[in-house]
Amino acid sequence: MAFTADTLRLLDSDGSLIRNDRTSEYLPLIEALSDDQLRDFHRQMVVMRRVDVEAGNLQRQGQLALWIPSIGQEGAQVGSGYAARPQDHIFPAYREHVVGRIRGVDTMRIIELLRGLSHGGWDPKQHGNFHLYTLVIGSQTLHATGLAMGLTLDGKTRSGDPERDEAVVVYFGDGATSQGDVSEALVFAASYQTPQVFFLQNNHWAISVPVTRQSRTPLFHRPAGFGIPGIQIDGNDVLASYAVTRTSLDAARAGEGPRFIEALTYRIGAHTTSDDPTKYRDEQELEFWLANDPIQRFEAHLRGRGESDAFFAELATEAEDVAADLRTRTLALGVPPASDMFAHVYSEPHPLMDAQAAWLEAYEAGFEDER
Amino acid sequence: MTIESLSMAKAINLGLRRAMTENSRVLLMGEDIGPLGGVFRVTEGLHAEFGGDRVLDTPLAESGIIGTAIGLAMAGYRPVCEIQFDGFIYPGFDQITSQLAKLTSRHGGSMTFPVVIRVPYGGHIGAVEHHQESPEAYFAHTAGLRSVTPATPHDAYWMIQEAIASNDPVMFFEPKSRYWPKGDVDDAASGFPLHASRVVREGADITLLGYGPMVNVLLAAADIAAQEGTSAEVVDLRSLSPIDYEPVLASVRKTGRLIVAQEAPGFVSIGSEIAATVTERAFYSLEAPVIRVAGFDTPFPPAKLESAYLPDADRVLEAVDRAMAY
Repeated sequence: MAFTADTLRLLDSDGSLIRNDRTSEYLPLIEALSDDQLRDFHRQMVVMRRVDVEAGNLQRQGQLALWIPSIGQEGAQVGSGYAARPQDHIFPAYREHVVGRIRGVDTMRIIELLRGLSHGGWDPKQHGNFHLYTLVIGSQTLHATGLAMGLTLDGKTRSGDPERDEAVVVYFGDGATSQGDVSEALVFAASYQTPQVFFLQNNHWAISVPVTRQSRTPLFHRPAGFGIPGIQIDGNDVLASYAVTRTSLDAARAGEGPRFIEALTYRIGAHTTSDDPTKYRDEQELEFWLANDPIQRFEAHLRGRGESDAFFAELATEAEDVAADLRTRTLALGVPPASDMFAHVYSEPHPLMDAQAAWLEAYEAGFEDER
Repeated sequence: MTIESLSMAKAINLGLRRAMTENSRVLLMGEDIGPLGGVFRVTEGLHAEFGGDRVLDTPLAESGIIGTAIGLAMAGYRPVCEIQFDGFIYPGFDQITSQLAKLTSRHGGSMTFPVVIRVPYGGHIGAVEHHQESPEAYFAHTAGLRSVTPATPHDAYWMIQEAIASNDPVMFFEPKSRYWPKGDVDDAASGFPLHASRVVREGADITLLGYGPMVNVLLAAADIAAQEGTSAEVVDLRSLSPIDYEPVLASVRKTGRLIVAQEAPGFVSIGSEIAATVTERAFYSLEAPVIRVAGFDTPFPPAKLESAYLPDADRVLEAVDRAMAY
């Protein structure tokens, strides 16, 4: 599924802006961005890719149980991540590390998750309303819809003030669209007209199964059956991702109901470090998407605007520094005490937790002499 | 004051109403719970009183109900979800066990999920497949959930309010066969905490333990046993997770014999768990093995066979005879 006439693109393959009737709705949003904001888009994409490489290496060196790379999807993620306003809620799937970075989640939290030290553990309220990863495919779409229902009930949206009105964006993939929960979330969202954007990253592969097995029709057609407007964008175009998500979120927060965005992108790497895409993917498809890399295209755009070599050189250094810092901090990580298992299973006292925590403590104390 | 002669269905209705009146963050969600008042009329009148933003007639999707309740809890609400019938809970099973039950832990305690899931359960109503099941063991087995079940209108009135006040998710199992028999409710004094088990009839020779729909059956069995010269103590478990063992162990230490009764299949069940724990903790007090009286390990049968499937006083007494023979 490459780009078609339906696919909204703002950036052409050579990095120039596409100006036509369809893009004219979105280009003013792009033109309103400052040079620094555009540099930030690029900075986040470049740093994330370097972090992805470093974390993949850490996994190969036995420091992580798993890494989930996002290489190739930086445009879809950074654009949509910047489109959300500070008061918005973000429900990721589990590959949106850079959206977390934009919202203030240190990638070390993800490292800890994939090193086997936690199941999440950050407080969304203290981290830009970036909620925890959900590993059961598609389950988070319902949580996002429920929270969006709450925003409506509480009058935290639809006042007409986009600086104040809250909205929700939920990420999920092409595989998730086959899950019942995603369909149920669309039903509830349409029924309660939630202030919500469904952001589908169609990266074409659910581990080894191609998107054609999930759907014989373009996925952005699906929301129409639920009464939700859908649009397909070039997900490797960071500006299209930004402008369309921004517009959709603002429509949703203004009371126009939920929106659905299908961002066509590609998982350049493996599903996770446990996967081997050479067993099921063909090289030609990969080459098409490598030629449509989101970072290269945006670099061409910035250079076309006159960005200096120095900026790109400094950015490369910054990315190296971030990666080195993550490595250092990863190697310094300890293991939490075993008693942490019992700490938050319940929020109020529970006799079984107390008894088992006490038993474990006494059991471990029995080995003191052997240490 | 004491409200005389109230059905459990009405007692839960009044409990919900009081919780909603006292806390504007409490809202009800479910299928047909609005103008209809639910298929068992437990929410009757609440839609009219509190409106559609507090009593949500949802789309017909159990996973959707639980999943959006989780999001509403994140927004600071205290949703009370009604599952229409026991056997319809499984489409929501993943959201309950993989999400709701684990989310407090996943958040390291920074968020709480005060969601109550009301489940009408059990047999004796002569209904079609999926409408008479007892799925409580699945949920008691799941860490992060609390599971309770009332046996009387008074307990139901208070336990639903305590469940709503809990900051943890609570599975609230409502015995359908006890919806309509009436009892007194004291709306000024709760009496027992949510997770306390209690002795409801004192006896000396054997302990009969059950919960929800079985408590009344055990009381009837104890009456008959008394006529036959056996003094049976009856314990209402009330809470299936956590289990309040001290009253159970105290009773067993006194009587030396224990029968555990339930409508649910016996294999890997609440009764199995209690038998194991009592054996571990009161071994030297036992004069006889702990005996389970349970539904058979079959699918719940067609309604005309339910009287053969569901434990009744005679099945309990047969177990009493076996225990007393040791």
